[in-house]
Order: sequence, then structure tokens, then C-alpha cells
Amino acid sequence: MIDAKRRILLKGSLAAGTVGVAVGAGLLSPSLVLASWNEAAFHAKDLPTALTSLMGSDAAETSEAIKIKAPDIAENGAVVPVTVETDMAGVKSIAIVADQNQTPLIASFDLGESAVPFVSTRIKMAKTSNVVAVVQTGDKLYSNAKEVKVTIGGCGG
Amino acid sequence: MSDIKIRAKLKDGETEVKCLMSHPMETGLRKDSKTGELVPAHFIQEVVCKSKDQVVMTANWSGGISKNPYLAFKFKGGEVGDPIEITWTDNMGETQNAADKIT
Repeated sequence: MIDAKRRILLKGSLAAGTVGVAVGAGLLSPSLVLASWNEAAFHAKDLPTALTSLMGSDAAETSEAIKIKAPDIAENGAVVPVTVETDMAGVKSIAIVADQNQTPLIASFDLGESAVPFVSTRIKMAKTSNVVAVVQTGDKLYSNAKEVKVTIGGCGG
Repeated sequence: MSDIKIRAKLKDGETEVKCLMSHPMETGLRKDSKTGELVPAHFIQEVVCKSKDQVVMTANWSGGISKNPYLAFKFKGGEVGDPIEITWTDNMGETQNAADKIT
């Protein structure tokens, strides 16, 4: 009887050990620090899911007022410079998406009151696809897209 | 010594802030070329940009941002000499902070 309990205890601690190792190795990414980091959106495998969890809807209206500056052809998908700019008023946030990446949502920028709707960064792209910029103003979503041809993919390798 | 480089320039009433951070930005999907094992995810999740203790912009990132990230943004109402402060936090809980002044 005592022996049986011992077995159970051992099993239990073993299982706990495995979980601990998995966390340590970053397999189960522990959502440790940031409350504002939207895990569901960033782990979403497609654009509508990501947008819905990030901005509450995926109904974005195409707008030419959003200007995306990115190369037509990117030789190296690991470093694709992207600039998003718009002259719309009341922009609350800007999101950048590469729609063929494994997790399409790359970044979202929450703008404070004094911020001008302009962001520029460098992103990774797995293969040729659209770079989509989604702009949130008040309660509406606008988006625009630009195709970037990628010669060498920037994810995995 | 901080690894964040900041340039903040005032031009026509708008301050343009450019910064470079040094970070591996691992997605967690890449395999090590020697061992064939997945390299654990290690990327900046949040960047908070402040001027005079007011948050100008918060960026939330995935591993889809390139290694050694570059970030530029603009805001209104800055003046020469105002402090700019950038803080990032990554998925391992590491954090780094740097400050500079608008020129």
C-alpha cells in the first residue's frame, strides 16, 4: 500500500518535472509579463482571426489614404523595410501584417494622442505575399495592401 | 551601456524618433543549422516610447520583426531638449531602457 503511494508520488513529480523543462525551453511560451500583449492575435494563423482578436472585427475597408512604403522585390525576406503612413484623423492604432507568414500579424502600434500616424520598421517575410496595413480610427478599420516579392524567405532556414 | 540607439529630431513641428535595438528576435520556428533543433522563441514583445513621461506610442511585436529591430515614429508637441525614453520587454522577461533628448 505504501509502496503504491510512493509510485503515484513519483509519477506526479515526474510529470511536473517535464512541464517545468518544457517551460524552461520556451516550448510553452509563458505569458509572464505583459498583460497588453495580445497572445491570441499574435498566434493566430490567418489574418481575419488575428484582426478579430486584436481589434474586435475583421471588417476593414480598403483605403488609398493609407500609404505603404515597401520594396517591390525584397532579396532578403529576413529584412524588409516597411513604412506605413496615413493622413487620416484620429488614428488609434496601426497594425502590420504579412499574410503568408505562419503567424501573419507582425506588429501593432498603439498611438498616443500626440503621435502622428507614421511608423517605420523592418519585418521578416516567409515568401512573396501582401504586406497589409490596418489602421484603426475610432471604431472603424481601414486597410491597404502592397505586394512584396521575396527572393529568399526570412523565416526558418 | 545600453544597446538602444535613439535619434530624435525636431522638424516642422514634428519630432521624428528613430531607434535601433539589439536583439536576436527568434521566432521559435527556426532550426539550428548544426543541431537541427528548434531555436527557442526570443523576441521583443513590447516597446514603450515616452516623452516627458507621457506615452507617445506602444508597439506590440511578434517574432516577425527583423533581428536587431529598427523603429521610427513621429509625434507632435515635442521641443528641443525634451527627453525621449524607450523601454522594451521581451518574451523571456528581459527588459532594457534608454533615454535621449530631442535635437
